[in-house]
Amino acid sequence: MSEHPHGSHADERPSVTDPVVTARHAEYWRRNIRYVAILMGIWFLVSYVFGILLAEPLNAVRLPGTGFPLGFWFAQQGSIYVFVVLIFVYVRLMNRLDRDFEVDEQGGA
Amino acid sequence: MNVQAWTFLCVAASFALYIGIAIWSRASTTKDFYVAGAGVSPLANGMATAADWMSAASFISMAGLISFMGYDGSVYLMGWTGGYVLLALLLAPYLRKYGAYTVPDFVGDRYYSQLARVVAVICAIFVSFTYVAGQVRGVGIVFGRFLEVDINTGVYIGMAIVFFYAVLGGMKGITYTQVAQYCVLIFAYMVPAIFLSLLITGNPVPQLGLGGVDQASGMALFDRLNGLHEQLGFAAYTSGTKSTLDVFFITAALMVGTAGLPHVIIRFYTVPRVRDARVSVGWALVFIALLYTTAPAVAVFARTNLIGAVSDTPYSEVPPWFTNWEATGLLAFDDANGDGRIQFRGPASPVPNELTVDRDIMVLANPEIAGLPDWVVGLVAAGGLAAALSTAAGLLLVVSSAVSHDLLKRTLLPTITEKGELLAARVSAAAAVIIAGYFGMNPPGFVAQVVAFAFGLAASSFFPVIILGIFSKRTTREGAILGMVAGVTLTAAYIVWFTLMHPELNNADHWWLGISPEGIGTVGMVINFAITMTVSRFTPEPPSHVQVLVELIRIPRGAGSAHEISA
Repeated sequence: MSEHPHGSHADERPSVTDPVVTARHAEYWRRNIRYVAILMGIWFLVSYVFGILLAEPLNAVRLPGTGFPLGFWFAQQGSIYVFVVLIFVYVRLMNRLDRDFEVDEQGGA
Repeated sequence: MNVQAWTFLCVAASFALYIGIAIWSRASTTKDFYVAGAGVSPLANGMATAADWMSAASFISMAGLISFMGYDGSVYLMGWTGGYVLLALLLAPYLRKYGAYTVPDFVGDRYYSQLARVVAVICAIFVSFTYVAGQVRGVGIVFGRFLEVDINTGVYIGMAIVFFYAVLGGMKGITYTQVAQYCVLIFAYMVPAIFLSLLITGNPVPQLGLGGVDQASGMALFDRLNGLHEQLGFAAYTSGTKSTLDVFFITAALMVGTAGLPHVIIRFYTVPRVRDARVSVGWALVFIALLYTTAPAVAVFARTNLIGAVSDTPYSEVPPWFTNWEATGLLAFDDANGDGRIQFRGPASPVPNELTVDRDIMVLANPEIAGLPDWVVGLVAAGGLAAALSTAAGLLLVVSSAVSHDLLKRTLLPTITEKGELLAARVSAAAAVIIAGYFGMNPPGFVAQVVAFAFGLAASSFFPVIILGIFSKRTTREGAILGMVAGVTLTAAYIVWFTLMHPELNNADHWWLGISPEGIGTVGMVINFAITMTVSRFTPEPPSHVQVLVELIRIPRGAGSAHEISA
């Protein structure tokens, strides 16, 4: 397949001059930022707060049903599991948002 | 069949597989060469990213490091996985929408400046070469240890293989070999881990066994290990010795560095759509997490086994693996008090320590310690090679595309033909392989330390300008250039000062605010952000076509296959 300039996609390229479209795009972006902020908050909480800053006090508690000291578990296991979940949650949220704002890549109205 | 024969068989079979894939997936256009034709499925790309990302250090050294560092090892576990959240939420979808071929491509276009492009090219080459030398060395060491060939011969063989599929196949060849390499390396990692977990805890899942009960003593495994540590004068395994602030900064530098490493970022240019880029980061982290959640379990099993097997054991009664590894010089016993027993002691113990153990042994010797069949040992060797080769190939591609695409096509020779550029890409890939091989055989003494610092440099150079380029339309070329230069200069200066010029001062008493050179990338990143944002406020705003470009990057619709937007 050869390279093609972006211009050949002009028909599917979103307008950036139409004020109605621009306002919708701004709203789409605002919601995206909100999702990102919430998910990054959780990202920070499980790794930097539970896994590092509060690791020592949390180690007094065991992860229920296991021998894991809780702070240590967050630092070496839990935070990694949460990271994976965060990405897939974001994928779902954004796929829906893309459709709602008609900026997804499936073409359509 | 003995261990040697099994090792030859496993390594030869895996190499034949890689070469076969390389022939099947030759690159015929520059687009194939740079971004695998942007036609890689998100799942396959996730696997390739995982192999690209997990180097010899992850495979061979990490579990051993954690085993010796205890809680402090968390910096690697969180640091080398948390960056993928940043990639998925802040970088990958937008860079895929932009559809460039390289990282300097994006920086040069977004900051409407050839100077910014050239600064980015230099940063990319610098970061990638520091990293690749360590990989090539890793290939040589695995050959040396398992096949008993000279390390230099090992480097030649490894380089020949990489040369073959990187030069021939470019990104396309690399992608599909990396998928195969991931399968080899994860299988090789999990088999001994599952055996060990069964042996020690009776649970076949290492991640669960880690939180389980030690079958020998009937105590929770962590309680047993902490008890042993206390008895022998080591710091508690679950507490560690680094300051909280340093752990915080190192983790941040590794996370942000991961998200800023060019060879990781360009993997997300290879999928067809923006939504594929998002989910592909998720798959990459799933495949990485499989190894990264197993590593702390392997670390604890190996530590418990080691202490159990050697502590206060008469030297005349040590198991055979002990003497085998002693012969390699990676395990050393010095009977200081002359009682014929091995005193393995920590710094808090009144009895002097008599045993020194190289950290790399932990993963490599595991199959022997656990008494696993010979074929498992061969498998581990093939896995270590897969990890080192896949990372080396990904890095070499960054170097070659930086030269042929960013320097030649976009800067010096814009009229170069498609065929000419493809040839230039192959030639620079070949040159990069040869230079990397040279560094592998004649490693500058500081390579091992410097590899970890590639992250600090990536964190303090690329990450802030890419993020701001997407999330702030107001960011100007003056801000970005000054930010990159300041961030990377400060980080490099701090690292060079403490590791090359004054290694004797490299301890917490002399570090600025107690931040180690491994963690300084975080400071460099903050400075880069601060300078880029401040300078951008006082310089003329970016031209309107760049602002339109940013608007378009933020919206998935309209992403074709990877190409250059000539906005």
